[in-house]
Amino acid sequence: MELSQESSPSPLRLIMTLGIAGFFSGLVLVSVYLSTLPIIEANKAAALKEAVFLVVPGCKSFKTLVMRGKKLVVQTNEGNTKQEKKKDAAEKIFVCYDDTDKIIGFAIPGGEPGFQDLIKGILGYNADQKIIIGFEVLESRETPGLGDKIMKDDTFRANFKALAVEPEITVVKPGTREANHEVETITGATISSKAVIRLLQKSMTRWRPVIADWVASQN
Amino acid sequence: MEHLNESKRYHDEFVKGIWKENPVFIAVLGLCPALAVSNTAINSLAMAAATMFVLICSSILVSIFRNVIPKEVRITSFVIIIATFVTVADFTLQAFVPKIHKDLGAFIALIVVNCLILGRQEAFAFKNNVKLAAVDALGMSLGFGFALFCLGAIREILGNGSLFDVHLFGPHFEPWVIMILPPGGFLSLGFLLLFFNWFKVRQQQVKAKQEHIEQFNPIISLNSKG
Amino acid sequence: MDNLFWIFISAMVINNFTLSYFLGLCPFFGVSNKIATAFRMGLANIFVLVITALCSWVLNTFILLHAPYLRLISFIIVIASSVQFVEMAVKKLSPALFKALGIFLPLITTNCAILGFALFATNKGYGLIEGLIYALGAGAGLTLALVIMAGIREETKILDIPEVIQGTALNMIIAGILSMAFMGFAGLFITS
Repeated sequence: MELSQESSPSPLRLIMTLGIAGFFSGLVLVSVYLSTLPIIEANKAAALKEAVFLVVPGCKSFKTLVMRGKKLVVQTNEGNTKQEKKKDAAEKIFVCYDDTDKIIGFAIPGGEPGFQDLIKGILGYNADQKIIIGFEVLESRETPGLGDKIMKDDTFRANFKALAVEPEITVVKPGTREANHEVETITGATISSKAVIRLLQKSMTRWRPVIADWVASQN
Repeated sequence: MEHLNESKRYHDEFVKGIWKENPVFIAVLGLCPALAVSNTAINSLAMAAATMFVLICSSILVSIFRNVIPKEVRITSFVIIIATFVTVADFTLQAFVPKIHKDLGAFIALIVVNCLILGRQEAFAFKNNVKLAAVDALGMSLGFGFALFCLGAIREILGNGSLFDVHLFGPHFEPWVIMILPPGGFLSLGFLLLFFNWFKVRQQQVKAKQEHIEQFNPIISLNSKG
Repeated sequence: MDNLFWIFISAMVINNFTLSYFLGLCPFFGVSNKIATAFRMGLANIFVLVITALCSWVLNTFILLHAPYLRLISFIIVIASSVQFVEMAVKKLSPALFKALGIFLPLITTNCAILGFALFATNKGYGLIEGLIYALGAGAGLTLALVIMAGIREETKILDIPEVIQGTALNMIIAGILSMAFMGFAGLFITS
């Protein structure tokens, strides 16, 4: 042990100091959290609404659908177990209505590894006509000027105005699009655009059957 | 006289952070945020502002309580204080400027481990009075902000042809994309440091040359006569 | 399985913590003088990252669900103290391992790579297994970057380099070129 001139403070004092610091820190944190929470939630809701309205044109209101067992149900805020809540947060889609409460489409979020990292996007799907009616990238770290053309290239984006999902979405080279279910890749962003197309394909395989069931159960 | 000395002290503590002991360019501290978010000028400024808020608030608080906090638990106390302010900054940015918060992502939270902040608490705020600590924190964070802005502006101008999203060069400018990607961060800082080194060496050479001339001036003038 | 492999490779080379996220730069520039030291530093990093993955999973699952505002503080304190705790255990159980890694542990317990890892894993919503794989990948990536950097720096010591460029400026530029090289790994996982 080192001999020090000053008497070292008692362990109680050390614990007290940290305790008091922790107490005040907690106080500040809780108050800031509670005061900013409504704004943050509102921001998130607004961002979601904007994305949904963008991919399903004409949408006036929407409801959240989640999986229970093998069926889609409208999400309710009560009576969910912890596991269900966690699952719901990871996997949910949105059903969109026009102003006469008629179902006009579904907004489906999804993610797929791109060139650099996950590309997250949301697509609009019309179950009656079996076409994709819109797609937006929500998050990506694709190379600026190359991969990020998936967000900026108008020709590429035009593919998703009315893309048939039957027989299946297929990738074709630029300038060779013939049928309505084909998507052209972008020159200089082949990998990123293929990732987007794969995202669409996977979302469709995952959600088309359950959506069809749900629509049937509504009528 | 004493008053004059004191105001000079404040002035010195303030100015040193901006240039002579600049946290990024000279001390090479806080590199992680400096390089990660400096791909555009606006992100740099947001990061600098958040860091400034955290640094000034923590320095003032640490300095106020410097006689109360036992030195055995000082680091832990610093961390609690810093983490609290960082969380406050994080929530505030998320609530009021969600777009910037999304761009900066986890790097706002990573201000906690910015060595610059903990370093100033340990080296300065814990030993000096509140006014001095605040002045030191202000100078340091301005220096940090200045460095971040330099990097951000250089990278945005070269990599995107714009500054604050205003395009500078017209439609035919081919952006040097690598500058806004991670390698651009390392390279810009590397070349900036290289430039400063060169400047310093150059200054020393000029000074040495001048001294040399002054020393041998009589001989030179003699020679030229002869 | 596919997914886990992608997480590992993505964390290790495509999104290398040091070269593409600028995390853990202090050891990257500070302890990269010799290959042997750099390698041991890397191992210590993997060790701490695995502990971090466990801690952050426990915190996220049991505590932070109810109190998200405590995330930052609890991450730092819990990670730092559990690393110290494990350090003591290692010292007792395996003096050899402690000798190899011991001096590095206090240096990295709260560096940005560790906290950054905990935050990224949380943001990505990884579970326990995914988190552990992510930790191994990130750690392997840090080690790889450190060892390559040390290798290059050992070479530069015997080269005739102008005085102006020596020091941090040179290291930065080397790191920049390395980071460019690592960009080549992007798109590694796109088949067809």
